[in-house]
Amino acid sequence: MEEGSGDLGRELEEMREYYVTGTTRQESWRRAQLKGLLRFVKENEDPIMDALGRDLGKHPAEAYRDEIGSSIKSLNYALDHLKAWMSSKKAKLPKIAILTKAEIISEPLGLVLVISSWNFPFGLSLEPLIGALSAGNAVVLKPSEISPICSSLLATRLINYVDAKAVKIVQGGPTIGEQLLRYRWDKIFFTGNAQIGRLVMAAASRELTPVTLELGGKCPAVFDRISSSFERKVAVQRVLGAKFSACAGQACIGIDYILTEKSLGATLVDTMKSMMEKLFGKNPKESRSIARIVNRNHFLRLKNLLDDPVVKATIVHGGSMDEHNLFIEPTILMNPPLESAIMTDEIFGPILPIITLQNIEDSINFINARPKPLAIYIFSKNSSLKRRMVKETSSGSVIFNDALIQYLVDTLPFGGVGESGIGQYHGKFSFDAFSHPKAVARRSFLVDLWFRFPPWNDHKLQLFRSAYEYDYLGIVLTVLGLNKPRGASSKV
Amino acid sequence: MGRETQTEGKPSASFDTVAASAMMKELQAAYCSGTTRSYGWRISQLKCLLRLTEDHGEDIAQALRSDLSKPELESYVYEISMLKNSINLALKELKKWMLPEKAKTSLTTFPSSAEIVSEPLGVVLVISAWNYPFLLSLDPVIGAIAAGNAVVLKPSEIAPASSALLAKLMGEYMDGSAIRVVEGAVAETTALLEQKWDKICYTGNCRVGRIVMAAAAKHLTPVLLELGGKCPVVVDSNINLKVSCRRIIMGKWGCNNGQACISPDYIVTTKEYAPKLIDALKKELERFFGRDALESPDLSRIVNTNHFSRLTKLLDEDKVSVKVIYGGERDQSKLKIAPTILLDVPRDSLIMNEEIFGPLLPILTVDKLEDSFDIINSGMKPLAAYLFTSDNKFRERFVRNVSAGGLVVNDTAIHLAVPSLPFGGVGDSGMGAYHGKFSFDTFSHKKAVMYRGFIGDADIRYPPYTKTKVRLLQALVSGSFLAIIRALFGRS
Repeated sequence: MEEGSGDLGRELEEMREYYVTGTTRQESWRRAQLKGLLRFVKENEDPIMDALGRDLGKHPAEAYRDEIGSSIKSLNYALDHLKAWMSSKKAKLPKIAILTKAEIISEPLGLVLVISSWNFPFGLSLEPLIGALSAGNAVVLKPSEISPICSSLLATRLINYVDAKAVKIVQGGPTIGEQLLRYRWDKIFFTGNAQIGRLVMAAASRELTPVTLELGGKCPAVFDRISSSFERKVAVQRVLGAKFSACAGQACIGIDYILTEKSLGATLVDTMKSMMEKLFGKNPKESRSIARIVNRNHFLRLKNLLDDPVVKATIVHGGSMDEHNLFIEPTILMNPPLESAIMTDEIFGPILPIITLQNIEDSINFINARPKPLAIYIFSKNSSLKRRMVKETSSGSVIFNDALIQYLVDTLPFGGVGESGIGQYHGKFSFDAFSHPKAVARRSFLVDLWFRFPPWNDHKLQLFRSAYEYDYLGIVLTVLGLNKPRGASSKV
Repeated sequence: MGRETQTEGKPSASFDTVAASAMMKELQAAYCSGTTRSYGWRISQLKCLLRLTEDHGEDIAQALRSDLSKPELESYVYEISMLKNSINLALKELKKWMLPEKAKTSLTTFPSSAEIVSEPLGVVLVISAWNYPFLLSLDPVIGAIAAGNAVVLKPSEIAPASSALLAKLMGEYMDGSAIRVVEGAVAETTALLEQKWDKICYTGNCRVGRIVMAAAAKHLTPVLLELGGKCPVVVDSNINLKVSCRRIIMGKWGCNNGQACISPDYIVTTKEYAPKLIDALKKELERFFGRDALESPDLSRIVNTNHFSRLTKLLDEDKVSVKVIYGGERDQSKLKIAPTILLDVPRDSLIMNEEIFGPLLPILTVDKLEDSFDIINSGMKPLAAYLFTSDNKFRERFVRNVSAGGLVVNDTAIHLAVPSLPFGGVGDSGMGAYHGKFSFDTFSHKKAVMYRGFIGDADIRYPPYTKTKVRLLQALVSGSFLAIIRALFGRS
């Protein structure tokens, strides 16, 4: 689909007309689309890995772990559960509603828009697509122009595996994005930053279009005292893996910064340094195990964060940058000033500040003083701290003793709260995000509560009182004339 | 629990941005102190609300009479009884609703356990409507409190006696540190909408719905919008005519004289059946409301002169006024309009292109009843759609093809009273749903919580990446035990 074409409106009209024919609602159609997506991923593993390597410098293993494998898993899960998701749910009725049937039927919303992001261009396009298609919608996908090779692969190849009358992929940047937002959608699903998220929701409000916004935030990792050195090493490995090996820290659920106790700070840094070498070798740039910074814009943004002399002085590991190759070495900072940009803005890069606190419990107030993040990670064996963290902080999700892994769990809702987003997806939550739960109630013509109708009197009022309180005996007594009707003026 | 009334100024005093911001700070402090989160607090507030409703039934009925001339029985049944039911359900089920929900985890993340925890959103705003001023104010408030939030209620100024009574009673009965009522009109609402809420629930019309969502977008505030639409009634010929007419009449004129979001707006029936339907409607209308309906005490009046003029304009439009076949009488001094039926008004008339919200009922006739689907689907998706039929096949097609917030077969409006059914719109009729547990859910954040152990870490997740690791990853992600074994032994 060409950028900025005046035919856009017409193509969307045609998609709507196709949706109205009812084809996309059939289970067989939805299954075929999901199977198509599965074949797309399996048959294009090499081109996908290649595209991710070229756009982001991701190693094939990282590409598989984070995008290809996860999409295959999600597609299989959707195929296994589609029938169950599509079936209507019976709703419980109070006894007095005898002869009435009630259920909730999930129906598609219609024509939906998915705007995805550049850091996991396949995963973040496919996961919402799975939701939109399994729910029976027609969908337009706009992948990010900041990962152009991935975007182009989606537009040119994925489209061959699905019903092109109901699925369109539109390439382009902010201009095409704005254009798309001017049309009427039945749902908009957006993954990206909060600033654009606001614009998307404002645009959606014009047409009363519901939205899911998967945004970001500064996801903290709270690192408690762990006495077993084996477990501590595992914890550090997980932290470093989560921070640096998933798109070089450019991930919405990536660990942004660490909170730990003053007394633990030095040991933590030492363990990290030795772990770093194990993961990335003596020369991380040569290791090919760390992705690139996506473009010069973001590189300079990160460079600026570090160039602040007060911040630079806190570097305890790494710090080297290669502008030509858009490479930033995994860098650790110890207690940069809290007012510095690196501690107020979402970092989205391979720089890891460690903030030390007097007591680990202080991390609760520290986190609560800041916008609600997409995830909070806690590495601890202390049950009471764990309980307090769940109860006293708020975030999209809370993970204990690992990071990023919640992304793979189909049974957990994935999404933010407050500044980190609106709505959730993954697994059945994806299906629900793109569905309308329609309430359907059926009555028979028999058995009407004759007292439902005017003209009104106290007798009928009493019957109503009993009926609404599900007081069956009361109804019988009143009908038999054994219950003195209370007038409207007496206390209920 | 009595405190001085917390009304933040009457309409003549200024509740401006400064006042709104100050109130916000107080409520946030109250919320952060943790008061509203305890089971004990939530139960005690719900019990206070129950007592408020029980102690002041008469005052409430009086206020509704003053604002709407609402028949006493309607006040008791549709506002007071329904509220009591709602509160009692919450009291009974709250403990269960507050329990975390276990989520199954798979081999991919072994060993791990996970659950979904419901937590309050924080400080929420409920903006309610004038037609059911108590129900539509307090029903969302019940959900907000049950979910552990602090809440501000802004009742509609178009029902001033109800608004004042709510402010007074809530001030007397509820915990004013966390529950407030702000009375006022556009200026006060605007001041409120400028604040950063954790959720906004708005009941009203589309135009203001857009304004609310746009204001919410600035702060990434999620919204629940309960709007309206033109709720159609499709009437087949193979029905129990008397019972159907009674149910239609109750849904239309028995609900605030047609001024209800789920009132039947217009009827579609076959040319052949229309005369029988009209005769039956006329007969039942006379039985319920007498020959001179303007004198009947069992009909609400039109709420104010604005709406009265709006409705008479719809009635008096050229080419529409001649289509009146029953009723049409009006009394401006008493703001009363009699139940009015119109037959085959032009499709492009005003009355067929805006939500009527009054006692006027157009009947459109078609050749085949299936043609009704096109009529309905050519307009905006309504909050509810109704069908009267005994034809199971036709019923199934209707349920499948008509998209609305909710559907009722062989009755009108009753789905409102079924707490296990989500009550909400789709498209222009709204987003989100509430009632029963859905109220609790809509004011909660569903937080994913995942626990991992330290053992069983797959080194393969991390760099340095090798071919073996990729193979193992593929097997692990697939979740297949056999595949994992195979991969470990170097085959796949």
